[in-house]
Amino acid sequence: MSVTTSAERGTPLDAVILAVGLGLGAFLSLLMAAGTADPLFRIHAYVFLAAFTLGLGVVVVRLTDPARREDGSRYMDGVVRAGVVASMFWGLAGFAVGCLIAAQLAFPNLFYFPDLPWTNFGRMRPLHTSAVIFAFGGNVLIASSFYVVQRTCKARLFGGLLPWFVFWGYQLFIVLAATGYLMGVTQSREYAEPEWYVDIWLTIVWVAYLLAFLGTIWKRQEKHIYVANWFYLGFIVTIALLHVVNNLAIPVSAFASHSYSLFAGVQDALTQWWYGHNAVGFLLTVPFLAMMYYFVPKRAERPVYSYRLSIVHFWSLIFIYIWAGPHHLHYTALPQWAQTLGMTFSIMLWMPSWGGMINGLMTLSGAWDKLRTDPVIRMMVVALAFYGMATFEGPLMSVRAVNALSHYTDWTIGHVHAGALGWVGFISFGALYCLVPWLWNKPGLYSIKLVEWHFWIATTGTLLYICSMWVSGIMEGLMWREYTSEGFLAYSFVETVSAKHVSNVIRLLGGLMFLGGAGVMAFNLWKTIRMPSAAPEAARLVAQPALAAAE
Amino acid sequence: MDYATVAKAVQQGGTLYFIVIFLAGCAYAFWPKKKAEFDAAARLPLEEDA
Repeated sequence: MSVTTSAERGTPLDAVILAVGLGLGAFLSLLMAAGTADPLFRIHAYVFLAAFTLGLGVVVVRLTDPARREDGSRYMDGVVRAGVVASMFWGLAGFAVGCLIAAQLAFPNLFYFPDLPWTNFGRMRPLHTSAVIFAFGGNVLIASSFYVVQRTCKARLFGGLLPWFVFWGYQLFIVLAATGYLMGVTQSREYAEPEWYVDIWLTIVWVAYLLAFLGTIWKRQEKHIYVANWFYLGFIVTIALLHVVNNLAIPVSAFASHSYSLFAGVQDALTQWWYGHNAVGFLLTVPFLAMMYYFVPKRAERPVYSYRLSIVHFWSLIFIYIWAGPHHLHYTALPQWAQTLGMTFSIMLWMPSWGGMINGLMTLSGAWDKLRTDPVIRMMVVALAFYGMATFEGPLMSVRAVNALSHYTDWTIGHVHAGALGWVGFISFGALYCLVPWLWNKPGLYSIKLVEWHFWIATTGTLLYICSMWVSGIMEGLMWREYTSEGFLAYSFVETVSAKHVSNVIRLLGGLMFLGGAGVMAFNLWKTIRMPSAAPEAARLVAQPALAAAE
Repeated sequence: MDYATVAKAVQQGGTLYFIVIFLAGCAYAFWPKKKAEFDAAARLPLEEDA
């Protein structure tokens, strides 16, 4: 018999704990709002208060009405469905803000009003980066990990309401971060801009996420822990570590939004880039590889090409990635050997990166014809191609001599977007196209033709983006190091900026195409959800009871 | 213990640690007895609905 079923129908312990926690949170936020003299802090205290009160209301309704409790004998797919919708929403928002700031770089007076500081590029840029990395990427990862861990462990998610707390808590984190950036609440750490109280909130949510994920693995009915779960677990554990250490800070007061980092000088720089590069490694790479190891075999209907390679892939990737950060600090006060260490580990990353990519691609062996017939498979393959390209380029750019040319230029921006648009974007799109019909019990997608359109528009847009940034980046790098015969710099900074105008316009075009493709996708997924459901027998198969799965 | 000593110990120790742990990982992955388990695991995503 299933352990979850009896536990959830008996004592609603999860709901009681959650209600107490939310009540406590509401009380604390009321204190925060009352005690502060900082108007921005007060706004956030009210956001906390509203969220906790709303949450408390929902939990109490659930507590008092047993009919509203979920059926514990099935997979917990509601939270995954919510995650899919949230991913699509935040994706569109994040891409749109990206297009806006790209437009501001090409046409600096566009949507900029000196009286409205939130329209400044400096506030919009972290809004874009956090929206795409944490809001879009994070939601895709939480949703897909909750889906994958249940299927590969043949167990319902652990913790009753805990996964729902993770989902809504994470959305609250996104809202606090985004509104904070626009109001000017920031600790100015790359990809870690939220202030101390938002960091504490994210830590609580993240520990809950770890607990829900680990608990599901703990009660698995499959002896072997599938490789995708290792990748997801590596991501959750490492992000917790990175987040906590990088954000160690002392608030000015318990009632003020501002704080000061515990680190200073070169230690601060190293901590920030240890965090920053591993945000790329452990948020934008490792868990998306988990998605590769689940969705590629599933969609291609082929087993993983080499499971042994996937094990070596996992351990070597996570071990090497964590050391690569110092390559962001070439020619700085960081000791030369530490810079070289970062560079060496970056170059070593070629091996696991390409090993993993080849493992993903070769999983298609015996099913290569699907590349022609199934645009969803093609999206995943293009994702892997961009992954291969970006992970070839990255180590190259970490070499000190190349870095002298590429650092601080648009080349870096192009490199990041090769990974972000090409790899993260496309593997997520592929996974979402798979998940929506599975989760909503539909026979298939509303339109495969629209997936084709999305594929070609977004691929072309990504290529335009990357190529224009190569051109402008290398050009500006060369211009910066050009000297006259008298030994003066040949170009002023503003000359290099105006030289990039055409590239910036092409980049904007590429971004708009990527956004347009995502719009097509949102429409297609919406229409898919609205389609009539598949036969009821299939419905039982989708939400398969853990009992039957154990056979 | 001065900075140079610590740096040297960390560099050499780190290299050794990495080599040993990498070889251990490879040994685990390629252990002949494990082959059947891993071959079955490679099919895990395909089998859940069967």
